[in-house]
Amino acid sequence: MAYKKTKSQQFIFPKSPTGIDGLDEITNGGFPKGRPTLICGGAGCGKTLLSMQFLIKGITEHNEPGVFMSFEEPSDDLTLNVKSLGFDIEKLKADKKLIVDHVRVERSEIEEAGEYDLDGLFIRLGHAIDSIKATRVVLDTIESLFGGLDNQAILRAELRRLFHWLKAKGVTAIVTGERGEATLTRQGLEEYVSDCVIVLDHRVIDQVSTRRLRIVKYRGSTHGTNEYPFLIDADGISVLPITSLKLDNDVSSDIISTGVPGLDEMFHSGGFYRGSNTLISGTAGTAKTTIASYFANEQCNKNEKTIYFAFEESPQQLIRNMKSIGVDLEKHIKKGTLQIHSSRPSLNGLELHLLTLRKLIKEFQPTTIIIDPISNLITVGSQDEVRSMLVRLIDMLKANNITVLFTSLNKRTDKFRPDLAEESVSSLVDIWITVRDMEGIGERNRGIFIVKARGMGHSNQVREFVITDQGMELLDVELGPKGILTGSERQSHRIEKKMSDMKHQNEIIRKDREIERKRKALEANIEALRNEFESAEEELNILKATEELYAKLTSKKKKE
Amino acid sequence: MDNSADETSTAGHKFILFVTGMSVKSGHAIENLRRICDKYLQNNYELEIVDISRDSEKALVHQIVAIPTLIKTHPAPRRIIIGDLSDNEKVLKILNLSE
Repeated sequence: MAYKKTKSQQFIFPKSPTGIDGLDEITNGGFPKGRPTLICGGAGCGKTLLSMQFLIKGITEHNEPGVFMSFEEPSDDLTLNVKSLGFDIEKLKADKKLIVDHVRVERSEIEEAGEYDLDGLFIRLGHAIDSIKATRVVLDTIESLFGGLDNQAILRAELRRLFHWLKAKGVTAIVTGERGEATLTRQGLEEYVSDCVIVLDHRVIDQVSTRRLRIVKYRGSTHGTNEYPFLIDADGISVLPITSLKLDNDVSSDIISTGVPGLDEMFHSGGFYRGSNTLISGTAGTAKTTIASYFANEQCNKNEKTIYFAFEESPQQLIRNMKSIGVDLEKHIKKGTLQIHSSRPSLNGLELHLLTLRKLIKEFQPTTIIIDPISNLITVGSQDEVRSMLVRLIDMLKANNITVLFTSLNKRTDKFRPDLAEESVSSLVDIWITVRDMEGIGERNRGIFIVKARGMGHSNQVREFVITDQGMELLDVELGPKGILTGSERQSHRIEKKMSDMKHQNEIIRKDREIERKRKALEANIEALRNEFESAEEELNILKATEELYAKLTSKKKKE
Repeated sequence: MDNSADETSTAGHKFILFVTGMSVKSGHAIENLRRICDKYLQNNYELEIVDISRDSEKALVHQIVAIPTLIKTHPAPRRIIIGDLSDNEKVLKILNLSE
């Protein structure tokens, strides 16, 4: 019943799709249809481009003709500017789908004498709309009029009239405005008469600039309220919603091997789930990259397309280093199953990194991605930004069912966790493996253990591993009196054990011999006693014989 | 165009006045302009009145935004005045008409 009720209450607010990547998602379908929308922001944040994209996508994707009334740029400049983004305005103009009208108001040429109104503008706009039956209109930037004309009172009144007129005309309009000091726009007027207000912003934090978009107001509709970073690239504007609104992607129960001998056994299921994301964290020199390369190698051997994003090493360096431990990545590159992309994180902002990843994923269609290391990205943005970027990245990868392996470099601290990158990612990842230095008695050993593994049982042991020319190998667990032994302790323990074994053996042999000796002594004793007994018996016999002889002799004497 | 001042006296003034239909301001502008021209230019002028609600192409060509707009095309320099021309003194000053 309840379900039915909500369904009957559902009313879909009429909206015009913007055709801008991601913007339709956060506006729940686009700008309000038949109403004016204000886009405001400072210089260079993409107001003109966004509105132009709205018009052009309207024409090319929804067959809605549009009028672009420019108060700032001449028509030719505009054509040229957006041409670099792949929009061919000239063709659309020729097809009678688009009208670009440049309204030029030169203060120096115009004098004012008496009352006037902006009917000229209304008529021009009306004419343009009617002649191509336009449903989308852009006025960019209307407040330039305030610079060109003196009578503010008239202009304010006329601006208000314009918004009502646009509404009455039933066109979906975008009006752009410059950002004011305290108000959203210079005149502080447009934001009140618009049905939807979007603020664009261009901020530089730590020398990295990010453009952001926020919906301030949207009459009659719900909308995302966050600040969403957006990008201007070769395809125009794309907005990247901070989080995908749903977590309903398909999951796979396939198990894929980690590629590291011995590591698979630490998971009860024998590896990772396909489409899961794994974090390998550890301090410097704990073989995170090696594990990552092993995984890449394993996936490539199974003909799974893999992209390796290296933020620290060049592809050549990575290939050489991995060759030294017997992992040949080069053959996979030649075969076309592996791509290695190296770039410095500081090369561009986080958003651009994300976009690059997105593009490569779209082009190459990989099933596995390795990012080594994500902690380097922190140099580019604040913790929050990195987190939001990683959330979006993980969402995107999950949606595409791509298996991801991140590595993260920890700072060496007493607490040894959590670290920045770990803190921001660890709750997002499915599997978290930590590699650790185990220092003591003048040596350093490497240990690996699983911190968490969603949806599968896993070993609780810290396993020691070694890297040799033959590769990486997890050693068997060696249990000592105080726990698991590593490194030279393991060896000395082994020697000790061997020695005690030998001792034990010797002891047994010695005991055996002793028994033997005792037996011999016993036997000798027995012999001696027997001899004694025999001699005693003999003596007795002699005595008896003598007695007999004596008795015989005496009886003979008596007879005689 | 140094001798533009001389031309003023010989060749007449040429004006284009842009209005919309029967709006009050447009009516005022026509009235005010006629009055000024009759007083200072006698019959030595040409006035073209364009109703842009009927002829909107012209509004595009002449970059008309405000209504009413008066454009003085001759003699040079070209001047554009917007408003109903009720500020008599200012109009005369802009048009360089003072006698």
